[in-house]
Amino acid sequence: MSNLAIRCDGIAKQYRLGEREKYKALRDVLTHAMAVPFRRMRSVLSGAAPIGRRQESWIWALQDVSFQVQRGEIVGIIGQNGAGKSTLLKVLSRITQPTRGQAEIWGRVGSLLEIGTGFHPELTGRDNIYLNGAILGMKKEEITRKFDAIVAFSEIESFIDTPVKRYSSGMYVRLAFAVAAHMESEILIVDEVLAVGDTQFQKKCLGKMGEVARQGRTVLLVSHNMAAIHALCSRAILLQHGRAVKDGNPVETTRCYLDGLENQTDSSVIDLRSDSVARTGKGRILAELRLKNAGGAPTTAYLCGDDMVLEFDIDPPFTVSDPILFVGIDDNIGRRIFTVSSQYSRSEFPAFDRPLTAVCVIPDLCLLPGRYSLSVCVGNPYDWSMDLVVNAASFDVHASDYFGSGRMPPQELGAVLVKSQWQVLSGVVRR
Amino acid sequence: MERAMRFATEPPHTVLRPSSGWVSLNLRELWHSRELLFFLAWRDIKVRYQQTALGAAWAVVQPLVSMLVLTLFFGRLAKVPSNGIPYPLFAYSALLPWQLFAYALTESSNSVVVNERLITKVYFPRLVIPLASALAGLVDFTIAFPLVIGMMIWYRITLTWAVLTLPVFVIFTAATALAAGLWLGALNVQYRDVRHTLTFIVQFWLLASPVAYPSSLVPARWRPFYGLNPMAGVIEGFRWALLRKTPFPGPMIAVSGFVTALLLIGGLFYFRRMERTFADVV
Repeated sequence: MSNLAIRCDGIAKQYRLGEREKYKALRDVLTHAMAVPFRRMRSVLSGAAPIGRRQESWIWALQDVSFQVQRGEIVGIIGQNGAGKSTLLKVLSRITQPTRGQAEIWGRVGSLLEIGTGFHPELTGRDNIYLNGAILGMKKEEITRKFDAIVAFSEIESFIDTPVKRYSSGMYVRLAFAVAAHMESEILIVDEVLAVGDTQFQKKCLGKMGEVARQGRTVLLVSHNMAAIHALCSRAILLQHGRAVKDGNPVETTRCYLDGLENQTDSSVIDLRSDSVARTGKGRILAELRLKNAGGAPTTAYLCGDDMVLEFDIDPPFTVSDPILFVGIDDNIGRRIFTVSSQYSRSEFPAFDRPLTAVCVIPDLCLLPGRYSLSVCVGNPYDWSMDLVVNAASFDVHASDYFGSGRMPPQELGAVLVKSQWQVLSGVVRR
Repeated sequence: MERAMRFATEPPHTVLRPSSGWVSLNLRELWHSRELLFFLAWRDIKVRYQQTALGAAWAVVQPLVSMLVLTLFFGRLAKVPSNGIPYPLFAYSALLPWQLFAYALTESSNSVVVNERLITKVYFPRLVIPLASALAGLVDFTIAFPLVIGMMIWYRITLTWAVLTLPVFVIFTAATALAAGLWLGALNVQYRDVRHTLTFIVQFWLLASPVAYPSSLVPARWRPFYGLNPMAGVIEGFRWALLRKTPFPGPMIAVSGFVTALLLIGGLFYFRRMERTFADVV
């Protein structure tokens, strides 16, 4: 028996643009059928290209995707929105057919593309466990056997005979995940379900996924949570515009993904010379700011714990003696997280009297995942802000396995990540 | 122990590749999903009566009120013949299969669109959906049925051995509804016009079927052609099985049965052919 669980050979999927939103009305088809001969005649007369399937109205959601998954592997699939991740999962879980190529699957597939598929608000928790279980492919006998475990996992014992429409969203999600978590299929296909619910619940999901992994089942997991990918997966595949562009070690693949994220809306090279830059101070000293990663490549996407490299091009219109550089980092609600300065780190610069480049390295970026903006300032002990540009650049920080535990403190417990060591000593406390 | 057993058996091997044209019905897979079929039908029934004041009584109220209206206007005022059967019984014995048909047809035609969330998020044999909708209609039928027995006792009409064929006609009714529902359900995904024409189709079909009038109004030599409307054969057969007041309408039922079989087999294959695009279009 082969040890393969999944083999994809050149899977491609074509969608018609707008097709999902716009279904045809019979009337349109009829009018179209009437109009076509006239239009064709007109196009023949005018010498235009004949009307056919116009190429631009079709897109390839997946193109030539090939990979193999061994039994027991946990493979993460990452990529931007629209890169084809969900389409790939839909093809592999047989919801839609590939346009080209073929996939082979050895084993029962349980797919969890959405939490609570088929839940009916009017039915009770108990009814929905059975209904949802059956939809996910479980046998009635199997659901009955696991019923107590499902209820216990969901922590909603006292509401089990209440219609689901009266549940809080947290209870709803817990119940839905509890059913899915008890699927027994050999292959599990999971889309982004770790992103729902409160942090407590996410932890529980993560724990359950780890358990599934240890049982030797095969898992295909789509997630934007890089920490989860790092902690759970033995391998990651990066999809970009429908193609699998990288397949390998999860850390390298997520790195590759973040590099690709760059230049979406944020620019890693910010021209500070232009008149549109809002600044305060005596004059235009800062000419350009560049955001880079530790390897020197331009980026606006960092992982927690990355080294951030900032390069400043300075073009002083006048001599700045005893110059000091400041960089302030604000979170997305404008709260200052920290400020670094050449002064605090005792880096003394010669007077700025000609164009030059200054480099600042912020090692081990201790920011929580999120979006941040960056303000820069040049000054000296006599005038702190000779050239201040507030919110000069923005960048994103993505979750990584910063603590090596697959876990991160939630937003409400603080704004920065601080490592700590813990141990238990015996015999210290006197009674 | 059980786990060991499962891993010891060879896991199922599935090949996913683009298919085109007509595909097999894959009835084996459908059979494996029979529990899901019952769960979906059970959901439809349970949800329908969950928040209604009358609950399951609705299943009786609808044919009962229709029967009263038909009796008043067609039976009393228009004096439509009823083959010697008391008109209320004549009408109710046809309304029973008719309600089953109309309900199952409407529900199965809308079923694929209504269950869009399921179709785009999880795989199971898609035929389960219209089948479950048609199945749910049988429950209403079962609730409304005892009344006809009560009426027969009232009018002192005794059941004959012909009643044993009644289950055949019940299945015949559901099959006819499903046959049309499969076509319309699959078309509905592509063309939402179907939803709007559905009320019209049901109304039209009611007028064309011998519910308010007997098929004996149709000249004898044309009667087999009348059977081209499968509901004509179904309803007359149903009446015969219950009341046995007229000779067995054999030729008409044969024609109707043939039409239903043709529609049903065609509908099953058409549905299977179209289902691969459901998730992309619905």
